[in-house]
Amino acid sequence: MSQNSTNKQNRNERAERDESADPTADGMDIQTDVSGSVAASAGGSPTRETVVSAKHISVWYGDDQALSDITMDIPERSVTAMVGPSGCGKSTFLRCINRMNDLIDSARVEGDLYLRGKNVYDDDVDPVALRRRVGMVFQKPNPFPKSIYDNVTYGLKIQDKGGDYDEIVEESLKRAALWDEVKDQLGESGLELSGGQQQRLCIARAIAPDPEVLLMDEPASALDPVATSQIEDLIEELAEDYTVVIVTHNMQQAARISDQTAVFLTGGELVEFDDTQKIFENPESQRVEDYITGKFG
Amino acid sequence: MSTDELTTDITTQTENSPRELLTRTFFFLCAALSIVTTISIVALLVTEAARFFSLTAPLLGVTGPTASIVDFLTGTSWNINGGEFGVLTLVSATVMITLGSAVIAIPLGVATAIYLSEYASERARSLLKPALEILAGVPTVVYGFFALIYITPALSVVFPSIGTFNMLSASIVVGIMIIPMVASISEDAMSAVPDELRQAGYGMGATKFDVATGIVVPAALSGIFSSFILALSRAIGETMAVTIAAGSRAQFLNPVNPASFLEGSLPMTAAMVQLLLGDITGGGLAYRSLFAIGLVLFVITLVMNVISDFVAQRYREEY
Repeated sequence: MSQNSTNKQNRNERAERDESADPTADGMDIQTDVSGSVAASAGGSPTRETVVSAKHISVWYGDDQALSDITMDIPERSVTAMVGPSGCGKSTFLRCINRMNDLIDSARVEGDLYLRGKNVYDDDVDPVALRRRVGMVFQKPNPFPKSIYDNVTYGLKIQDKGGDYDEIVEESLKRAALWDEVKDQLGESGLELSGGQQQRLCIARAIAPDPEVLLMDEPASALDPVATSQIEDLIEELAEDYTVVIVTHNMQQAARISDQTAVFLTGGELVEFDDTQKIFENPESQRVEDYITGKFG
Repeated sequence: MSTDELTTDITTQTENSPRELLTRTFFFLCAALSIVTTISIVALLVTEAARFFSLTAPLLGVTGPTASIVDFLTGTSWNINGGEFGVLTLVSATVMITLGSAVIAIPLGVATAIYLSEYASERARSLLKPALEILAGVPTVVYGFFALIYITPALSVVFPSIGTFNMLSASIVVGIMIIPMVASISEDAMSAVPDELRQAGYGMGATKFDVATGIVVPAALSGIFSSFILALSRAIGETMAVTIAAGSRAQFLNPVNPASFLEGSLPMTAAMVQLLLGDITGGGLAYRSLFAIGLVLFVITLVMNVISDFVAQRYREEY
């Protein structure tokens, strides 16, 4: 509870700092209130480099097509939300970015997906190395049955990364807005924490090895409203440094926290991808408007 | 529908109807049978063993020779005809076989479990699982002569001084015998580790090896430990194979001295078989020593089971 307010305070401070540091800052400031200025959403902003670029991605599970011909560019240091009804393929697309679909025997991916210009589906790409640059947070909080400390350092250990682990643990937990709650119990099991704390621990674990992209698959869907709001605040903050791609069922959540929104509809089709404000206020497609206004889905 | 009909409808008693009572009683009796059997066996073991010791025998009105409980528990010589009943002699042989089989079964069993749970394709599993089940289903007497006829001659190539009956081949064969137990219980424990944890590991850029050894095995540790203890209880109680392979000459061996494994001795279970096959007179001292050994064996396996339960409780992870 107190954490939540600290959070907001931090963000406000940071926002102020950003403004004072560079009054001419264009669309780079990741303040993502939909009601905010147009500059806050930056899908078309030329200053923002594309990090993830999908070209004609299609995915099949056995004979069932889960995604059909997805092409989209995800800009750096922003929040990109994927919304759509169940089974529309939004999670599947997320799992294409770090090749988690490789772990499903029946899954087959066609098309190209570039991470900073390198096609991750090239033969010479090691999915293990790829996943070290693309962190992931899952729907259900899944801390390891290890201590909080060992959870956060897990990525560093498997990657043989050196550095001051104590410092990295503190830094990561602070960024995940969990430090104040757990600093005196780092040796205790991560499973002792509440659901919302566990999810923030998973976020700390994902950012500790400093990935470039952070994928989040409905990270708040298993949490209560207070924990959800903490996670949302956190996501907005993380987008200052990371490229965040988030799948969500929750339209309001997408509207609140994202800069760009991609709307997937049944059949694994990407119907519209644009600035969040545009998608929610004036979508091109009638189907998207119907979905967003709750006429179906 | 009138109110009367409704009343009869929802007030009819089914819980204490004759049929319910009858079935409940039947199931209770089936469940009670195992408890009664266990208690009877323990009572028999304890009373018969009590007749063996000089301390307790007079209380039960036993006349004739008895054995000192101290000599029984601390003596290191077993010679029925000479009146020497040092159970440590037999315990040392049992401990050796248990340790030796653990050295073989634990690494192989856990490695098999990891392979089955984390690496094997559906096809490989469909071959390996039945093979393990067959290994578990081989009659123990077959394992015994397998040890005597194949393992010991093979070992004698490496260790020319090895006896025809020796602890090493008995340990190896018991080890092979309990691999399926370690493997299948450990595999169950590993398969029960939620997939979300593996996904989390892979999502962090862990390799298959990282996930198997760093996430799945630690998360399944309580089940894996339980498998060790259950398998070792089986090794302690194993009879037929060790009777054939380990020999019949009781001698105290130092379990931690590797050279001891080249010699033969008489494990507790084999000693009991020997006693039963010999011309022991009912009610004699040798006959009563059978129950004393049985009681020691029972206490050891009971302690193992308690440890197993404790470990399972203490280290169980709630995912």
